[in-house]
Amino acid sequence: MCTLEQHGNVFVLTLTGDDEHPLGLPLIASLSSAVASAKAAAASAGPGAALVTVAEGRFFSNGLDIGWAGTSRTRLMELADALRPLAADLLALPMPTVAAVTGHASAGGFLLALCHDYRVMRADRGVLYMSEIDIGLPLPSYFVSMFRAKVTAANALRDVLLRGTKLRAAEAKEMGIVDAVCPGPTETVAKAIKLAEQLAARKWDGDVYASIRISIFPEACKSVGIVEESDEEKVKNFASRM
Amino acid sequence: MATQNLCTVKRRGRVHLITLTGAGEHRLNPALLSAIRSAVAASAGAGALVLAAEGKYFSNGFDQAWARTAPRHLQATMGGEFRGLVADLLALPMPTVAAVTGHAAAAGCGLVLAHDAVIMRGSRGFLYMSEVDAGLKLVDFFAEVFREKVPDAINRRDLLLRGGRMAAPEAVLRGIVDKAVDGGVEDVVNAAVAEAEKLAARGWDGEVVAEIRKAAWPNLWSKVKDYGADAPAAAARPRL
Repeated sequence: MCTLEQHGNVFVLTLTGDDEHPLGLPLIASLSSAVASAKAAAASAGPGAALVTVAEGRFFSNGLDIGWAGTSRTRLMELADALRPLAADLLALPMPTVAAVTGHASAGGFLLALCHDYRVMRADRGVLYMSEIDIGLPLPSYFVSMFRAKVTAANALRDVLLRGTKLRAAEAKEMGIVDAVCPGPTETVAKAIKLAEQLAARKWDGDVYASIRISIFPEACKSVGIVEESDEEKVKNFASRM
Repeated sequence: MATQNLCTVKRRGRVHLITLTGAGEHRLNPALLSAIRSAVAASAGAGALVLAAEGKYFSNGFDQAWARTAPRHLQATMGGEFRGLVADLLALPMPTVAAVTGHAAAAGCGLVLAHDAVIMRGSRGFLYMSEVDAGLKLVDFFAEVFREKVPDAINRRDLLLRGGRMAAPEAVLRGIVDKAVDGGVEDVVNAAVAEAEKLAARGWDGEVVAEIRKAAWPNLWSKVKDYGADAPAAAARPRL
């Protein structure tokens, strides 16, 4: 379902297979485990790591596994509840994160991409798309929190959530949702890894990096269950750093 | 404390101009913060305020060398004094303009953003949020300055999470700074004073300016208001 590889100080998390990578319980568990492994490996390696998430095939991910959920709202909620801690793990990850949007990223798949610090996307195919409005599904509140935190350009939030606009890479970049656009999937992955290498090379303290990330959008982090450190906890290491 | 060495105060027309003096880094320690707060308090009756600096630096942030030697309660005072300065600026009954005449790093950058308008030297000097490089976390009220005042998620990320030095042209493009001014320090100061004079000329009721500003940045105001000069419990204010 997914693999984790280490290339130097960059962890590459790959959603494997040619399918839509629907976020069902098995894939979510697999991703969670891989993210935890990356975190553990980085902890023992010392400062200077980064994560890149890529996907094989035409899809990055088409979101929560609606096929499995069927008409069961209970099952859908179960999936949303399972994805939430994965989102939290990514937002609290003690290293910079880059999503290589190598294919369609819709609904929960779009959210997954948004849970990364940076997004690189292919120009030739694939869209970012919040399909919920078209399908008639309400959004979990933490989804909305994340979009409110990260999609801040004028009218972008409305277009994405309320109009079901399908964004190609160029438009997504203009909206500030994607950072770099590459011609095809190979270049996208290469660029994402290169960016990750540059970020990892800064050798930032991962705990500090994650803390600063959380302090940029604390409400969204709270919505996925992250408990932000108190000021007292934050300043504990000040004396030794000064 | 001999505050006259640390900053000067001048009136230019309706503008109250505070200048951090000397060619040093204008590191924010309790002495300098106290001097700036006194200078800000002395603005009563003016139509607008400008904060500028001499030399290569606007301010390079907190005085870490001092903090290393000082006991913890003094470090807390520094956090309280800086918080108080932000509160004083937010509550000031006149428009405020930061003249970023040189480098503004960490708390120095935060101080810039606590102003209504920012004029920056075009060809020299940068904004640099050094905390990620230095391994320092952002306490809540300090992060709030950036959450409220830096437009757009991408700009907040790029300023806080990349450890990059941002020069004026980029800062203007990103909407973090209002205007870049060519020339030297004096040109930047003159431009900031001119901008402040234009704002003063609007003849706004100062109390209304303060109330609207506090309402526009309510999260930041709520986190600093207990530290301001006008705070009811000024004598017994909470420490970090």
